[in-house]
Amino acid sequence: MTLNELTIHGLQDLIRKKEVTSTEIVTDVFKRIDAVEERVRSFTTVMKEQAFEEAKRADEEIRKGTLKPLTGIPVALKDIHCTKGVRTTCGSHILHNFVPPYDGTVVRKLRGEGAVFVGKTNMDEFAMGSSTENSWFGPTCNPWDLERIPGGSSGGSAAALAADECIAATGSDTGGSIRQPAALCGVVGLKPTYGRVSRYGLVAFASSLDQIGPFTKDVEDAAIMMNAIAGYDPMESTSVPMDVPDYRSFIGKDIKGFTVGIPKEYFIEGIDPEVDAAVKRTIQVIEGLGAKSVPISLPHTQYCLAVYYIIAPAEASSNLARYDGVKYGYRSADGRDLMEMYKKTRSQGFGAEVKRRIMIGTYALSSGYYDAYYKKASQVRTLIKRDFQEAFKTCDVILTPTTPTPAFKIGEKMDDPLQMYLSDIFTISTNLAGIPGISVPCGYTQSGLPIGVQFQAGHFEEGKLLQVAHAYERHSGIERRRPKL
Amino acid sequence: MKITKEQVEYVAHLARLEFSEEEKGKFTTQLNNILLYMEKLGEVDTTGVEPETHAIAIQNAFREDVVRESLPHELSLANAPSESGNCYRVPKVIE
Repeated sequence: MTLNELTIHGLQDLIRKKEVTSTEIVTDVFKRIDAVEERVRSFTTVMKEQAFEEAKRADEEIRKGTLKPLTGIPVALKDIHCTKGVRTTCGSHILHNFVPPYDGTVVRKLRGEGAVFVGKTNMDEFAMGSSTENSWFGPTCNPWDLERIPGGSSGGSAAALAADECIAATGSDTGGSIRQPAALCGVVGLKPTYGRVSRYGLVAFASSLDQIGPFTKDVEDAAIMMNAIAGYDPMESTSVPMDVPDYRSFIGKDIKGFTVGIPKEYFIEGIDPEVDAAVKRTIQVIEGLGAKSVPISLPHTQYCLAVYYIIAPAEASSNLARYDGVKYGYRSADGRDLMEMYKKTRSQGFGAEVKRRIMIGTYALSSGYYDAYYKKASQVRTLIKRDFQEAFKTCDVILTPTTPTPAFKIGEKMDDPLQMYLSDIFTISTNLAGIPGISVPCGYTQSGLPIGVQFQAGHFEEGKLLQVAHAYERHSGIERRRPKL
Repeated sequence: MKITKEQVEYVAHLARLEFSEEEKGKFTTQLNNILLYMEKLGEVDTTGVEPETHAIAIQNAFREDVVRESLPHELSLANAPSESGNCYRVPKVIE
């Protein structure tokens, strides 16, 4: 066992006992990166030099005994967080040379808690995608089967963690971009309540849906990461001024008397039989721990995808208007006047999926179509949110599969956008309702691909999610495997 | 067909994008398929339903109008593709 394979809390114990140093951990992490990165391709930028400098500083703190919750722990950042002095590409040609002059709030907080950054991870361009194939840097491969996708859009973070190229990672989740890759790579991924974590310094995709969250090797680590990143931020007007509980206090609590809702709309035809079986075994485990499962209904589930693919592109078309080749990023040299410069810059700078979504969004917001698309979608969104409000009157958490299938092959869905969109079918509702959701490993297919189960809870109930997810993880009886790389 | 090639051209102009003839054809088909899927929403009765724009009810975030430190000039311009005398430089705007 090398140090890069351990969890945050496992390493913290060793650091506290002065049995390991941050430099030793970082050394193991970079040995692993050197060994596997060429095949997995998790990173857009590796921050080796900075990481060793930060590790040295962390070791100084360790010597002095001034430990913070993440002192010396190597963390990978999705390449969507602005990082001062380190290029932030968002997986796009249009930002390939953008070096932010400031740190986003989550980056600042993690740094403040002592984390050591090892690199920026690959992603679908502007977080638009479910496979990380839409990156200007090329796809990331799933460490469990290099011919398969790691999921997306935060596929680089999920793959880096599954491959033990870091101890924890960050992602952003607009329609499943943390939970879906977590499920497909066999790690834990948490999407917090909208407003729980500041989005300041997060490159915007769909502002009413985007939320930052952690990828970790187990549920306790997710609680540790949430303690570090959650909370109100005066720089972000949608972050909510509410007290943050100690998420670690939910770890180890039993779930006797918990009610777990099982929505019939999430167990449908088309779901992979091995996924279906693994998720149903989860229900049995939970019941064995003294929780009760009840059938529930979320009647507007079938409309989530359509609502999402109007609202998200509409907001994206507006957010991405800023990439015009004037203040930062790529500029085409071909434009003879301003209009031509805009058009050539954007057409050369964006990839196909981003252009497709800008087109859908612009159309949906254009004069004469606004009521039929955007307004209608926003109204159905209200009904989707009400479904959850009703459901949480009868249950504490909701249990569903995270994805309908295990990881698919690279290239399999690239020519059919609608098929690609369908891989997010179980994760999108969470973002539309603004509630938190977590994906936890719940087994493997015959061919050895990871499967994930998703728990959802009411607004600001991340504690409940961690409680049930941890109880399940502890008693699931699933052997811990590592991908053979 | 919900959307024609001419509409694709019009929307592309609004979005400040341009496409080759081949791309226009492909986008027209793909956008039609996607918009056809969206038709599903027509089934839902939304009479009297308020549109949801933010999942969490929040107040407008007012703050005191106080002067704070801002980004230094040279850092603001550090990423500029082209600059000239403390300004961003762009191709000519007026004929």
